[in-house]
Amino acid sequence: MSLFSFLGTLEIGFIFGLVAVGVYLTFRVLDFPDLTVDGSFTLGAALAAALIIAGVNPYMATVCAVFGGAAAGLLTAWLNLRFNILHLLASILTMTALYTINLRIMGKPNLALITEPTVLSPFESLGIPNMYLKVIFVAVVVVAIGLLLSWFLNTQYGMAMRATGSNPRMAQANGIVINQKIFAGLALSNGLVALAGALFAQTNGFADSTMGIGTIVVGLAAVIVGESLFNSRSMLVIVISCIVGSLLYRLAVAVALNADFIGFNTSDLNLITAVLVGLALILPHLRREWKARKAANGGEA
Amino acid sequence: MKSSMTLKKLMTTAIAAATLTLSTAQAASVYVATTAIVEHPALDSVRDGIKETLAENGYNDQNMKFTYESAQGNPAIAAQIARKMVGEAPDVVVGISTPSAQSLVSATRDIPVVFSAVTDPVSAKLISNYEAPGANVTGLSDKTPVAQHLDLVREFLPDMKKLGVPYNPGEPNAVAIVALLKEEAAKKGIEIVEAPTPKSSDVMMASQKLIGDVDAIYCPTDNTILTALESVVKVGIDGRIPVFSGDTGSVERGAVAALGFNYHDIGRQTGEVIVRILKGEKAGEIPARVATGSDLYVNTKMAQRMGVEIPQSVLDRATKVIQ
Repeated sequence: MSLFSFLGTLEIGFIFGLVAVGVYLTFRVLDFPDLTVDGSFTLGAALAAALIIAGVNPYMATVCAVFGGAAAGLLTAWLNLRFNILHLLASILTMTALYTINLRIMGKPNLALITEPTVLSPFESLGIPNMYLKVIFVAVVVVAIGLLLSWFLNTQYGMAMRATGSNPRMAQANGIVINQKIFAGLALSNGLVALAGALFAQTNGFADSTMGIGTIVVGLAAVIVGESLFNSRSMLVIVISCIVGSLLYRLAVAVALNADFIGFNTSDLNLITAVLVGLALILPHLRREWKARKAANGGEA
Repeated sequence: MKSSMTLKKLMTTAIAAATLTLSTAQAASVYVATTAIVEHPALDSVRDGIKETLAENGYNDQNMKFTYESAQGNPAIAAQIARKMVGEAPDVVVGISTPSAQSLVSATRDIPVVFSAVTDPVSAKLISNYEAPGANVTGLSDKTPVAQHLDLVREFLPDMKKLGVPYNPGEPNAVAIVALLKEEAAKKGIEIVEAPTPKSSDVMMASQKLIGDVDAIYCPTDNTILTALESVVKVGIDGRIPVFSGDTGSVERGAVAALGFNYHDIGRQTGEVIVRILKGEKAGEIPARVATGSDLYVNTKMAQRMGVEIPQSVLDRATKVIQ
């Protein structure tokens, strides 16, 4: 793998680290399987691109993208909580609606940003080569957000959110307004995913109506890979493991792209992803079984 | 401990894999890397057309490394493929479809990028104009080659002044084609007479209005018009005005002639651009252009009924003649 390709892999890995953290918030913290992200990733990209092209400051456009994503999350939460639609189904409804909304926002299936100003523009005069600048920028942004988020999850509000996911009845009995926590969690999660979409559009030069497809799988893969590597209950370590999981996932994709010599090509990527996620799910389970067996044998001897 | 071991192992495998690929990539003298957003019959035939033209120009598996990657319909993977390709510094990188081409252009400003099957490269910001793209990018658009269509009509009717065009103003694709037609027709001194028809049932009436005013009728690839093509053909026969089309399928249904292209053609024309770059030309100095078509269909019976003679030059080029 060339240095250029490696840096590009890290850059995309960091961006999808935000997706991983967002997916972690819904799937793990709130126990709310949320597929809205497939739509909110594109929504973030579409809003940022359309606003930048309309002449809005890229930072302002990115902030709007985050709020757009948060609104999508709120819609899913509302469908689920207000009308009792199954969480999975509610998120699929929002995701489907977002496809049309994204096309409307963009006005056409693809918006190009190659020659437009982006969040990176203010730093281009620093003289750092673009390939380094991009990865440094996204790394700083993503790590900063990760730190903020792990701090947030340890505040009283964050704890309440975690309690909502792990034992809603107990949480309610302790005076936590669980619906409010679910609204907040979904807004936060989808806001982060939309931010990822906005950053991706700006560092790669385009927003495309198809770009959200499979976001959920990638996010989930990153969460699971991260979880299987780091075994911790500290929020900081967990958030970092999501980001590291995303980086490792992208490295695995890069290896698959470079693995012509073992006969792999890109059309095998989906299988590789599935095997990777499958292994990450199976290994901790087997490890537990071995440990249990070892302990049992030790007892007999 | 255990977790850091696994991490280390993963990293080592990744690095080992990467070095292995690097070492296998050295033998060939030129390297052409192609990528498309998804595996799809049209895009695959672009790739095959490229390979065929390269082979005809003496680039084969012995002296050329040719790679093809599909992004599986996923723009994030397209971005990763673009970084991978640019990192390998090939002689030419080829982006088939808009997102693949955009990913390549945003990844490199040095390596020549050839785009293909991109409908509107200017609004996709791949190039700023067709004539002198500048920088490191050129390529082929798969937009309807209206200029070539006008030339075909002119070959039948050298004195043509006015061309009638029925179309549905509610179809964005048709509106775009009519705008292009007007632009190209103005250059050739032809006046376009629009006949807007919002519904298939209005096609007959709108076409009838053109009789007596225009020298020929051209049906763009507009779903409303193509659905009711028979109405236009009937008007053409009654008014003895030839009807042309932008879609070869229409010729079997009664249009006099149509020129279409297939994606294999686009691939071959893209291949020609790649060969020019491999021979030393700068990508930015090769004009980007709309791919030209080679599927020429003519209908001799209809030509007779609409009172027009098919020129020998057209008959010679025709790929399909319907009696």
